[in-house]
Amino acid sequence: MSHVLMDPATTIPQAQSGSTPTPAPAGTPPLAVEMRGLSAWYGTHQVLQSIDLDIAANRVCALIGPSGCGKSTLLRWLNRMNDTIAGARASGRLSLHGLDLLDRALDVVDLRRRVGMVFQKPNPFPKSIFDNVAFGPRLHRAYGRTDLEELVEQSLRASALWEEVKDRLKKSALSLSGGQQQRLCIARAIAVDPEVLLMDEPCSALDPRSTASIEELIRELRENYTIIIVTHNMPQASRVSDTTAFFDEGKLIESGDPDTLFTTPRERRTEDYVSGRFG
Amino acid sequence: MTAVAARNAAEISQRGRLRHVGIRQCTEGIIEWSLWGLTMLSVLTTVAIIAVLVWESTGFFTMAGHDDVTVWSFLTGTTWSPLLGAEPAFGILPLVTGTLLVTAIAGAFAIPVGLLTAVYLSEYASPSTRGWLKSALEILAGVPTVVYGFFALTFITPYLLQPLSESFGTYNAMGAGIAVGIMILPIVCSLSEDSLRAVPQSLRDGAYALGSTKFDVTAKVVVPAGLSGVIAAFLLALTRAIGETMIVALAAGGLAQLTANPSQQVQTMTAYMVQIFLGDAPANGIEYRSSYAVAMTLFALTFAMTWAGAIVLKRYREEYE
Repeated sequence: MSHVLMDPATTIPQAQSGSTPTPAPAGTPPLAVEMRGLSAWYGTHQVLQSIDLDIAANRVCALIGPSGCGKSTLLRWLNRMNDTIAGARASGRLSLHGLDLLDRALDVVDLRRRVGMVFQKPNPFPKSIFDNVAFGPRLHRAYGRTDLEELVEQSLRASALWEEVKDRLKKSALSLSGGQQQRLCIARAIAVDPEVLLMDEPCSALDPRSTASIEELIRELRENYTIIIVTHNMPQASRVSDTTAFFDEGKLIESGDPDTLFTTPRERRTEDYVSGRFG
Repeated sequence: MTAVAARNAAEISQRGRLRHVGIRQCTEGIIEWSLWGLTMLSVLTTVAIIAVLVWESTGFFTMAGHDDVTVWSFLTGTTWSPLLGAEPAFGILPLVTGTLLVTAIAGAFAIPVGLLTAVYLSEYASPSTRGWLKSALEILAGVPTVVYGFFALTFITPYLLQPLSESFGTYNAMGAGIAVGIMILPIVCSLSEDSLRAVPQSLRDGAYALGSTKFDVTAKVVVPAGLSGVIAAFLLALTRAIGETMIVALAAGGLAQLTANPSQQVQTMTAYMVQIFLGDAPANGIEYRSSYAVAMTLFALTFAMTWAGAIVLKRYREEYE
């Protein structure tokens, strides 16, 4: 069973590279991520079973499902963070704008610049607010001081944090509240100009008010980035996503427009999960 | 019938419980007081040592017939010759500079090597490599210091230093300093490694996710985040180097001279004390008393460094909160 979220006839030709999304026929967003028969293991334990899923560019895709269903593993293959885990392997096809993400010879440093990640728990570096945002740009390019200041400001504006921190950029990032720290981590990811932003339960450690501000931010950021978000919060998935994909026991059960998926799911397991009967 | 039995059981149980509570409170009290007493033992020992040092040092400074020996002349004098000549001189500076010279050499060796080893163990080594490397370091930490002294005297100086320059004597600050450096290497290394490994994995993940190489993660995130713990490790290791006795008594020489030349022999504060207490200085003579004043100075120096290390460590504990 394939879960292609768009008309198969518009499937993008492969072997595209570079950072510009391939133009697609009018009215259909170009494809950012494509998975075909993607399976993944940690050691001998199979966590993903033959996933077929396409994710459109400049859209928000939410991955939902009970704990251990493989959605975080999927996310970690998209920026190859699984490389740091011994015994992690995958087969099938996983590509970002035609770039084969399972290629052993892939330059993961460059990939991670193109695919930013925001973690479950805010993890600002114990450095100043400015140095946190400037961390990525300093790794990848040589900026003049004024350029860097401008980039930091723009990134903080993009994550809706600028007004709150503009007078204390030299203060430690750890002095910020949890919600502010998470927006700082988003700014930090944005500052390296990624194409895709991965978010692994970005609001699970935050209070409702901070959660609302992050959700609003996600809606705005999709204009410039493809966003893939893992969440346990189903109302959140339905609020922020353009596409929701439901996973269970390593399989993609169903995916599609959140309004449909949450109100009239095709599959019984999806219905049980979204109505709170399990998980 | 059942109800009566249950009531009886409850009554008997209650009696036992009350008795038991009494015994429990009593044993708890005994345990608490004995623990307190044992703790006080170490506090009292410390207090007693300080008291003896202060008392005997005071005796040294107020000794009859030696009015020229004052606290000021002791701390600022540049000649230390308590045993030679008709007129003994008690200026501690040569001993202090001798100690600091050996410590500086030890630090110059142990700090970079120890930190880089810690970085390798914490960030690069596979678990199995880390396992056997740490055992090797533990063996190094278990070598008696007299062996290091011997090593300096019979290997470092004749085979490493003297081929480089003829100016190195049999006893010299360099050989002793390197041996002390090897001795404190496990301290620098294991304490630094602890603080690097205490850096949360989430910070490493955050840095990797921005496109850092392993070296970027280590040099720009892990080491800066663990830096106060690393500095505390340096301070504790240097404190240990300042107080080291056996190596310098064997390999640094016995001539107290004000010099920064590592090829020369120097006498450290600790080595002087060994010389006095193992020698035949009369128990009430001024040179005997002088060793207490030297000990007092050494104690003040190491206490200050331990204290500084504790302050830095405290700051580092708060860092991730």
